[in-house]
Amino acid sequence: MASLPKPDELAGINYNPPRTGWRDTPVEFRRGTYCYGAKPKNLEAVGLPNPRDWSPEDQDWKLPENWKEIILEGLRERLGRFRSLQIFMDACVRCGACADKCHFFIGSGDPRNMPVLRAELLRSVYRRDFTTAGKIFGKLAGARDLTEEVLKEWYYYFFQCTECRRCSVFCPFGIDTAEITILARELLNLVGCNIDWIAAPVANCYRTGNHLGIQPHAFKDMIDFCTEDIEKVTGVKVEPTFNRKGAEVLFITPSGDVFADPGTYTLMGYLMLFHEIGLDYTFSTYASDGGNFGLFTSHEMMKRLNAKMYAEAGRLGVKWILGGECGHMWRVIHQYMGTMNGPADFLEEPVSPITGTRFEHARSTKMIHIAEFTADLIRHNKVKLDPGRNNHLKVTFHDPRNTSRAMGLFEEPRYVLRSVCNHFREMPENTIREQTFCCGSGAGLNTDEYLEMRLRGGFPRANAVRYVHEKYGVNTVACVCAIDRAVLPTLMDYWVPGVGVAGLHELVGNALVMQGENDRTTDLRGNPLHGREEGEDV
Amino acid sequence: MNLADLLTKKQAVILERWFQWFLETYPAETARFMREEKNRFANPVGSSVYQGIEGLCQELLQGMELDRVYPLLDPIVRIRAVQDFPPSRAVAFIFALKKVIFEELESEIRGGQISVEELLELESRIDNLALLSFDIYTQCREKVSQIRVEEIKRRSERLLQRANLVVDPSE
Ligand code: SF4
Ligand code: SF4
Repeated sequence: MASLPKPDELAGINYNPPRTGWRDTPVEFRRGTYCYGAKPKNLEAVGLPNPRDWSPEDQDWKLPENWKEIILEGLRERLGRFRSLQIFMDACVRCGACADKCHFFIGSGDPRNMPVLRAELLRSVYRRDFTTAGKIFGKLAGARDLTEEVLKEWYYYFFQCTECRRCSVFCPFGIDTAEITILARELLNLVGCNIDWIAAPVANCYRTGNHLGIQPHAFKDMIDFCTEDIEKVTGVKVEPTFNRKGAEVLFITPSGDVFADPGTYTLMGYLMLFHEIGLDYTFSTYASDGGNFGLFTSHEMMKRLNAKMYAEAGRLGVKWILGGECGHMWRVIHQYMGTMNGPADFLEEPVSPITGTRFEHARSTKMIHIAEFTADLIRHNKVKLDPGRNNHLKVTFHDPRNTSRAMGLFEEPRYVLRSVCNHFREMPENTIREQTFCCGSGAGLNTDEYLEMRLRGGFPRANAVRYVHEKYGVNTVACVCAIDRAVLPTLMDYWVPGVGVAGLHELVGNALVMQGENDRTTDLRGNPLHGREEGEDV
Repeated sequence: MNLADLLTKKQAVILERWFQWFLETYPAETARFMREEKNRFANPVGSSVYQGIEGLCQELLQGMELDRVYPLLDPIVRIRAVQDFPPSRAVAFIFALKKVIFEELESEIRGGQISVEELLELESRIDNLALLSFDIYTQCREKVSQIRVEEIKRRSERLLQRANLVVDPSE
């Protein structure tokens, strides 16, 4: 008879962590916990190396013969180019302050998700080949040879980091594991080890300007479709323009707002607002996505995909650029664009044509976030709002990792929310603003085959939502990021059923009183408006 | 002393040992964090589990009403169902409670201070918990498949509508 596990064994009572320690325990690629490998056609489209059919579950990853040299040479070159990388490799004192701050560690319980150990994956190789102690003492000095097993581990754990930077907030030396991940992914890309969920949008963006590969006519068509929906709800016909030369402002938003629910309701909100204030703006059907998965591939790819923004602004002759609700797009814009593809001297420092406010902080990039723009409109009483139309929503606000830790956008969205809703509640302090917990699906990991891991990583966020849901009856998470809008509904369905997700400008659209509008009976989603009584704070 | 009194007396030890058992299903570094970090938002797994099993220990003495037990059990199983455990290990913590209690009460049981009826009653309460956690586990896994499909649908719903591929017969 086959031997059955004894009850204690089955129950895991004798469970111990692997005796070998993390350095010597190879990773196991099980479905649900890794992202599919990049398809050859998507690497070929942008000329990335080593296109081939492969799966992370395969024993043989079909690496180029000299893959090790390629990676080590790539690392050497980057140590020279990025002073930060050199410092991050040398400065960590293993104090552990970052160790328990990563949502993937907290949610999965896997110690290799401690940021310090994630960085150690790269650092141990760095020590072996780039430090004297490591060359001489090897393992004793915490050094490891770069082997295929190590490379597989990189793939597993560097595509299990959402580059959210929460850990860096707690590091006394400011070591930014997100940046280590960014560079480790660059190295992986040198030998063709990207994930397809990043490679495909990159290829599409390169060809058509947006993640889905939608062509200009279809892009316009989708937005026209959206104007029909607006007319149904409000009776007002809004008329956006496309590629219109001489418009004052170019508007660029993530394509998720155009094609995917519930982002589409946010798009309705933008269009309604622009119509109401009479903004002289245009869409570009080429810069048709603010999203930039190049950021998750390499610095070069980020630059290539970002270039369309200034190119289109120049071609259309606008004065400045207004950007929609997105997360990572803002890290690219705020931290890199001005110097990477700029200076865009042909543009002007953004000035709101409605209020006259000069957005001096955007002097370099010439691009501002729509939450800033709208907050300024409200501050100057330029829009009429009826927050009672959002009375059926009890709202909390999720700070996206990028707008908070890469941009410092905290007050504007909250100011807008408080103006358009009567019921607003903050989540606990250690889960918002600088300390916000990421959705667990960012940095290109929002693919369905990775759902199980995303649910682990998203649990700390969901847990804080659950708290305000149970305590104050919160039923809506508002956010200013397209990836959040796509993934938080899934996360909520699992962890906190009964809580929905809305973009900030969807709520603005609900509350916005438009000239010539019908007596509104539904919100933008077509849900009946009831409970419109004056809201007391929940 | 009857079983209920003994359990009440030993409740703190039982809870402690049960929680410890639970933590040991994770690697040592993780277990340490889950035990030591007391802020429930910084340590949602540790605190959800502790809260849940603390409540379940109480319920053991109070008749195990389904509508009280379910909200205690659900958060624990919901977490385990998406962590890196096979189903057997995900819900094994219920059986660990038996082991913990029997070890704690070993001398009383051997000494015949607890009646067989009482013991059987206790066992069946724990068994019921186990059955309930199988149900919850299965619901969670079904939910994972369902939300995966729904997410994909949301992603392209608009395009399909636009291409007139989705027909709403009521319109
Ligand atoms: S950047 Fe975010 S996901 Fe990456 S290690 Fe740090 S906390 Fe974790
Ligand atoms: S907090 Fe900074 S110095 Fe301390 S272990 Fe983490 S990365 Fe190293």
